[in-house]
Amino acid sequence: MNETLQAAVTGITNRFKVQTAEFRGDVTLLVSNDKVVEICTVLRDEFGFDSLPLETAVDYYPKTSPRFHVVYGLYSLKTHQYLYLRAPVEGEHPHISTVESVFKSANWREREIFDLFGIIFDGHSDLRRLEMPPGWEGHPLRKDYPLGYEEVEFTFNFDEIELRKPKGEL
Amino acid sequence: MREIQEFSLDDLKHLLSPRALTGETVVLNMGPQHPSTHGVLRVILELDGEIIVNAIPDIGFLHTGIEKNMEAKTYAKAEVMTDRMDYIFTIGNNLVYCLALEKLIGLPVPPRADSIRVILTELQRIQSHLIWIGTSALDLGAMSVFLYSMREREMILDIFELVSGQRMMTTYVRPGGLWRDVPAQFNELVQQVIDIMPRRIDEYESLLTKNTLFLERTKGIGAIDVPTCLQWNISGPTLRAAGLAQDLRKTNPYCGFEQYDFEVPTQTKGDVYSRYLVRVAEMRESVKILQQALDKMPFGPTLTYNPKFIPPPRSEIGVSMESLIHHFKLWTEGYLPPAGAVYSSIESPRGELGVFLESDGGPNPYRVHYRTPSIPLISALGILSKGHFVADMVAIISSVDLVLGDADR
Amino acid sequence: MGIDRKNGSMGILTTTVEGLMNWSRTNSMWPMSFGLACCAIEMMATEASHYDMSRFGMELMRASPRQSDLMIVAGRVSQKMAPVVRNLYDQMPDPKWVIALGDCAACGGVFNNYAILQGVDEIIPVDVYIAGCPPRPEGLLNGIMLVYEKVRGEKVSDWK
Repeated sequence: MNETLQAAVTGITNRFKVQTAEFRGDVTLLVSNDKVVEICTVLRDEFGFDSLPLETAVDYYPKTSPRFHVVYGLYSLKTHQYLYLRAPVEGEHPHISTVESVFKSANWREREIFDLFGIIFDGHSDLRRLEMPPGWEGHPLRKDYPLGYEEVEFTFNFDEIELRKPKGEL
Repeated sequence: MREIQEFSLDDLKHLLSPRALTGETVVLNMGPQHPSTHGVLRVILELDGEIIVNAIPDIGFLHTGIEKNMEAKTYAKAEVMTDRMDYIFTIGNNLVYCLALEKLIGLPVPPRADSIRVILTELQRIQSHLIWIGTSALDLGAMSVFLYSMREREMILDIFELVSGQRMMTTYVRPGGLWRDVPAQFNELVQQVIDIMPRRIDEYESLLTKNTLFLERTKGIGAIDVPTCLQWNISGPTLRAAGLAQDLRKTNPYCGFEQYDFEVPTQTKGDVYSRYLVRVAEMRESVKILQQALDKMPFGPTLTYNPKFIPPPRSEIGVSMESLIHHFKLWTEGYLPPAGAVYSSIESPRGELGVFLESDGGPNPYRVHYRTPSIPLISALGILSKGHFVADMVAIISSVDLVLGDADR
Repeated sequence: MGIDRKNGSMGILTTTVEGLMNWSRTNSMWPMSFGLACCAIEMMATEASHYDMSRFGMELMRASPRQSDLMIVAGRVSQKMAPVVRNLYDQMPDPKWVIALGDCAACGGVFNNYAILQGVDEIIPVDVYIAGCPPRPEGLLNGIMLVYEKVRGEKVSDWK
């Protein structure tokens, strides 16, 4: 691990309760749900991680606690280093506070996570669906949402599928 | 099939100014089907006469569910879907996926494959800027620039067709190297492009750079400064036109970019005209990189030898039992990378393109997320266009170089 | 034009009229630019100087549906875009024809999931399907010539 990155990691581990992991050169900190905004503010102001290129979520269904992990990737423009954070979110009522006050670019990224996963960000200024139509039900990228696969017609199942298809004028 | 779902003014109350509800300002829809929105983008404009008070972009008209679809396929089959996201920089999408997989598995890449990857990436970058220059001038009224830039683009597409058989969606870059080695005429064709491009770029500059009409429509329009860019996480030529020389090829190099000598062009004003100058200068730098990569291209294999993850060569399958077994396993079940999560990123013509790949040890990717550069650009359209005329909206959207396939995925 | 008899034409009296009307329809067909995704880039490449679409009279892509006869659906149609496509098709005046360019518009293409319509013929009637991902510009030119053959073969009773 690089020295500047090491300094940031020790600075954070001294102040908050986090777990560190390193995999293939990427350093990840597992933080708790309610401390995310504080940690991001500390990293931005004191350690120079001034942009948030990556913010996404992963679904671990059928594990219910925690069901989601929200992943943040911070980048420092001076030292060119990446640092990743992971925050676990429950499955029953998924809530986490927004980092929009720290990085404005999180606005649209959190809208996308809300749309596709259903995680609600407390304090977000404009939580609407981004990719799906406004009245869509369900959150597509969850693991229990079906893919919506249409069965391919071959000669052996051609007749059954033709019976099921709707017929009429367009 | 559902009806068109409209937003009522109440839904957007928090984003519009209070004058919209009384009717003092007009709320206009610049809809998904529009000759100059570069794809299916919808912008809801709030206008006071002709001046834009607020601009609210709305995306999702091209949402394809690629990330969910990739979770249902093996790693090798999922790569085919990555081409279709940013459909102008297709080699880049493949490359960043392969870089993430190579980082996850720990596969080395032979140096010949690296230098061919660099050549193809830079050719794609030139092609992307050519499309940008053509369509952006077309929007502003200069139709002939479009015809000239497409003429050069055909030369570059011929190279892609020679190498992989397909003009655009090549899927040529595979984990561990390339699909196969390049044919013999590759060097000659790339040298032809290198020889002819500088004069042609001069031709475009002579048409646009000192043209009074072009200057009137682009100088001072859509200006943005560096702190705002960083807040909204805008990267790429837009950030470099505002003043910061940030280029992932120099700061976090990949594929051997550290051995090539090139500059990162910047401007200071951050308006539409500066972005145009930065992209033209980037085309010239790409030609320099191409010449160096072509001269330094070493001989050797283009695919590493690791039969657990990479298909063994066809000539071996007839003679070796292990190769046959590995081939069978790779084609039926797919390969099993170790569990873990990685992120890797490259520099695309629009900014930082990155992939977050999480694997659980199975044959399908558990979660693939593409961090695409078009989303911050679209979300900043409101700031870029405040206080300008409606006609400038067209210039701003085209200068920022959006690709909607990137944003919606 | 309601002159039709048993098989839809009055024999030799209407053949030259039909021939003249169909010829004039093909020689000035204006497409509506409906480029959605990657196939739109190939459509633009067909419009450019190397594979010229101007020799068919089509270099002018009318953005307004009220002034166009041919709708080239180039690209994948998602759930949010489907009602927009139907709306635009309804706004086009008769006679109109539709080309489905590329695999995604013809049958859903590579994407067999919740978000993409499996072929644009789920919502509008299509005359010519062009395969390819994306199809070469020559493929699009072949498709346009197929539409011309179809128009030339129309009889009086087909006119709406």
